[in-house]
Amino acid sequence: MRRATIWVPVVLLGLAMAVPVLGIYPIFMMKLLCFGMFAAAFNLLLGFAGMLSFGHAAFFGISAYMTAWLSLNLHWPPEAAILSGIACAGLLGLAVGGLAIRRQGIYLAMITLALAQCVYFFCVKVPFTGGENGIQGVPRGTLFGVVPLGSDTVMFYFVLASFVAIFMLIQRIVHSPFGQVLKAIRENEQRAISLGYNVNRYKLMAFVLSAAIAGFGGSLKALTLGLASLSDVDQTASGEVILMALLGGIGTFYGPLAGAGLVVTLQEYLSDRVGAWVTVIIGAIFVACVMVFRRGIVGELEALFALRRRS
Amino acid sequence: MTEIFGFSTQVLLGQLVLGLVNGSFYALLSLGLAIIFGLLRVVNFAHGAFYMLGAFAAYLALTWFGIGYWWALLVSPLAVGILGIVLERLFLRHLYTLDPLYGLLLTFGFALIAEGFMEVEFGSSGMSYPVPDALSGPVNLGFMILPLYRAWVIVASLTVCLATWVVIEKTPLGATLRAATENPRLVQALGINVPVIVTLTYGAGVALAALAGVLSAPILEVTPQMGSTIVTVVFAVVVIGGMGSILGSIVSGLALGLMEGLTKVVYPEASNIVAFVIMALVLIWRPAGLFGRT
Repeated sequence: MRRATIWVPVVLLGLAMAVPVLGIYPIFMMKLLCFGMFAAAFNLLLGFAGMLSFGHAAFFGISAYMTAWLSLNLHWPPEAAILSGIACAGLLGLAVGGLAIRRQGIYLAMITLALAQCVYFFCVKVPFTGGENGIQGVPRGTLFGVVPLGSDTVMFYFVLASFVAIFMLIQRIVHSPFGQVLKAIRENEQRAISLGYNVNRYKLMAFVLSAAIAGFGGSLKALTLGLASLSDVDQTASGEVILMALLGGIGTFYGPLAGAGLVVTLQEYLSDRVGAWVTVIIGAIFVACVMVFRRGIVGELEALFALRRRS
Repeated sequence: MTEIFGFSTQVLLGQLVLGLVNGSFYALLSLGLAIIFGLLRVVNFAHGAFYMLGAFAAYLALTWFGIGYWWALLVSPLAVGILGIVLERLFLRHLYTLDPLYGLLLTFGFALIAEGFMEVEFGSSGMSYPVPDALSGPVNLGFMILPLYRAWVIVASLTVCLATWVVIEKTPLGATLRAATENPRLVQALGINVPVIVTLTYGAGVALAALAGVLSAPILEVTPQMGSTIVTVVFAVVVIGGMGSILGSIVSGLALGLMEGLTKVVYPEASNIVAFVIMALVLIWRPAGLFGRT
């Protein structure tokens, strides 16, 4: 088991590095990594802190808008535009999280859904988001003033590096004392309180972190596709990120990436062929996951290996 | 002309009455949600979808079979209620022992399937449902001319809400229901078939949503998306009112409709988000909800 867990990231990273050489459509891979980061942020909140947010697209979308607007209109360099997007998502996370953690479980889910809807209406109304058209033709700019991101290959390696950094950060967070306290809160909040932990502060911190990472995904997506639009902040996007985490395996490290890969692939290949049936198919996968597949793909695989090990 | 704070009384009262119409839909929907949650501990995310299916059932009954509005009021909730019962038997009941979040996710899946399917079949443009002859025409309230149908919606919803409340609070059936909510195992031990009660409760809650759908069909356009827009507001109502309370959900639904009407006069741009702003304020001031118990 231990050896396998060491090899998995090495093999995955090697494959990822080779993507431009293998001739896989790089835009597709970048989109996958952006949504993988989004799903990993969501999973940090649900899988390791036990909070189900039904409005995570608000953070993803607001950051995408912010980064796109700054790059296009003020010609900010990508690193500054991305950082501003992340800061924006983090602040929004502070506001939404501050309200949402006042209730737990299903209530938290409903509150985040409602507040995200609020953000959505805001984005529909304000002029800077470009309404139905969104912000199009966003330039990628030059990273740190030296690396031009115009080429898809260069951009891919930038997105990949960002993803790996965030992936390691999340692992670090989960295994840190902070992450252990989050786990304790998830398992038994009353006990954590009685042990003297300021539970609300930990939960809020986790919420802000998750929102900021989701925002990072949104910023990268805006630069990759040169587009930020209402479909980044709407309820469907919030639903999709839940599906990615659920399908891949909630509370696993590789699950969100696997889930994002499947969902993005599905959309890419199905949307031209079946039209509105995509929604039906996604709904059916939701039902299937909840009924028979609650551990998700990676969760089931881990269980399988653990079982083999024991026998 | 009389004015209140610079707004004409006529406009103000007019918007308040229209707000009350929306409020009665919120009340019907959050009532159903509260009943389902009380017994099943499931947040029925598909509630908006059942509302939409109710409106569609009425529309299809009319266009396919020529079944009119009055029969649709009966047939559509019945059909959608049966669908709910089937879904509860096949899927939901397997999740009762798990974290309530799974119920939320499953019903979210139901909502996506229903919405997607209706969009495939009927497109996303709206269909209009005629106002029944007996209820067309205006009614003069003295301060405003109200379409008779909207007055009917308010009266009908309030009657149904009140009747539901009486059944739950004042009848032996309601007493059983409340007992099963408090302690299902004890009630089961007394020889009452709790799983059947649970199934029927889900069916009844869903039927209430469908009834709201039929009532709204002549006012709003019948579209596949009509459910997902309203369900978010209804969730806000539920957070405001506290989900445990039947009366709380009715009162908060109506009150929120009134507040929306008021906002339309004072600051129209905010009428879409006033529900969420009020929810945020309630969370700060009384985290458990106005009628909730902590």
